[in-house]
Amino acid sequence: MVSFLPEWVLPLSYLAAAVLFIQGLRDMTHPRTGMRGNMISSGGMLLAVGVTVLWLDILSPIVLLAGLVVGGAVGTGLAVSVERTEMPQLVGLFNGFGGGASALVAGAELVDQFDTARTIAAVSVDVTAAGAVSGIIGAVTLWGSLVAAGKLHGVLDTSEIRFTGDQAAKVVFLLVAVAFGVHIVVRPDFAAMLLETQWVPSYWLLFAAASILGVLLVLPIGGADMPVVIALLNSYSGLAAAATGFVLSNTVLIIAGTLVGASGLILTVIMCESMNRSLANVLFGGFGEETSSEEMDATYEGNITETSPEEVEMLLDTAQRVVIVPGYGMAVAQAQHAAAELAELLDENNVDVEFGIHPVAGRMPGHMNVLLAEADVPYEKMRELEEVNPTFSQTDVVIVTGANDVVNPKANTDDSSPIAGMPVLNVSEARTVIVNKRSLSPGFSGIPNPLFADDKTSMLFGDAKESMQELVNLYKENH
Amino acid sequence: MQEPASERGQRRRPPRGGVAVTFIQNLTLFVLAAFVGYEIITKIPTNLHTPLMSGANAISGITLIGSVAVAGAGSTTLATALGFLAVVMATINVVGGYLVSHFMLRDFVRGD
Repeated sequence: MVSFLPEWVLPLSYLAAAVLFIQGLRDMTHPRTGMRGNMISSGGMLLAVGVTVLWLDILSPIVLLAGLVVGGAVGTGLAVSVERTEMPQLVGLFNGFGGGASALVAGAELVDQFDTARTIAAVSVDVTAAGAVSGIIGAVTLWGSLVAAGKLHGVLDTSEIRFTGDQAAKVVFLLVAVAFGVHIVVRPDFAAMLLETQWVPSYWLLFAAASILGVLLVLPIGGADMPVVIALLNSYSGLAAAATGFVLSNTVLIIAGTLVGASGLILTVIMCESMNRSLANVLFGGFGEETSSEEMDATYEGNITETSPEEVEMLLDTAQRVVIVPGYGMAVAQAQHAAAELAELLDENNVDVEFGIHPVAGRMPGHMNVLLAEADVPYEKMRELEEVNPTFSQTDVVIVTGANDVVNPKANTDDSSPIAGMPVLNVSEARTVIVNKRSLSPGFSGIPNPLFADDKTSMLFGDAKESMQELVNLYKENH
Repeated sequence: MQEPASERGQRRRPPRGGVAVTFIQNLTLFVLAAFVGYEIITKIPTNLHTPLMSGANAISGITLIGSVAVAGAGSTTLATALGFLAVVMATINVVGGYLVSHFMLRDFVRGD
């Protein structure tokens, strides 16, 4: 017994840490308080981890210290060096590590208890059951996140990778993982007795099956559905931590893990509602259509008005109110700085200018906002869909840059379309719409967009960054 | 100082009645935390969903506590090795998550 701390210190510190986590999240309503909240939350983490280290009998302090130093260095290095444009994959990667750690801890605890109890049957049921749950969720989170990060970073194919029987394969691997979990809980570990080992092979077989399941779950999911996946994996990493809390009977793990699980789940629901699709459809259903060139022609032929940066600049000269609608194309072209500069110039010339941001624009929840914030767009100029939609009727010019499906009026008019019922930005209520795109190619849904053929719409063809920069230069010349 | 293994197990899992009682106590925390989480998160604007996610991500790194327990106090070499790996992963999650959130929130504040 090394402990020089009284017994009540640990649970009390965990309570304090839980309160600090909750307060930290509560402060996330505004960036200014959010910064403070982030500090408070990290203080809670420091308290919880610090007291745990002091309270336990650390048998291998070198191992522990080395782990903390290596992890801290890698985490800091990644956070400092990774560009904001690569944020989605970084968030995904961190997420995976959290899930993986939870699964490893549950496994290590089972090995440890098995070593003490000599037989898995003697380890209490709640530990083995929670261990199995933690192993499945943790492994799915780890490998699902790695695949998601790979897709977002472009090292894996970003399209929907499907093969015959992939749905069946997911079910099979889930059942295999669950079967091993049940085996850990209800029967003496035959595999371990047979092999005379102490490392609870059933658990690691469960871990392997769940890992394959995690890969299979994320592989078929295409680019624009990524926000849902990232939010869901975020939820899983929390649930994995909560399940590990059940294994260790640790209050702060349960509370903190559940908070994160709830948070990720709410984000997942918001993302699904913003596309008017069920979670099952995102995860298991294919999405999008192959549109024939005839249908494209029928929509666009003879109805497309082209414009030039000079014409757009003249429009902006007379405009009282301008809304810029960014999409994933803006992120790809890295046009956020030019867009932000244009907004700043308009603002200086007393034009009312705002950004209208769709919840699923980009590759993760809040993606556009992060990019615009980095380009110094003021926080109050970023408007959510519900806020900006009623204002389009009083807007002179809307500039759509790199967005397509989120401004497609078909969502409101065509019940048979894959995006039917999706809340969209009703930009055609504005006096003039400028759509900046490289070509008329369809978005993720694969369907044509009647907005492009609208009388009010003019197409500004070209790369988002170059077009925006050209607008900025022209505007500067004339003001 | 090595103590008997049975005591060490006790040290990590405070004895609090039977298995069912412990489970229900844990379940109580789980249910209440879920409600608290729902109430807090629904008030956060979509503008801040990315920093919220990475901040929540960092909180899920609380699993580091478990990692510390098995890495630092594991009784078998295997548990210690697994614990070490878990500590590295969880620390990346915690440190990276909080830092990235901080940078992003700073961007939001700087724009104002």
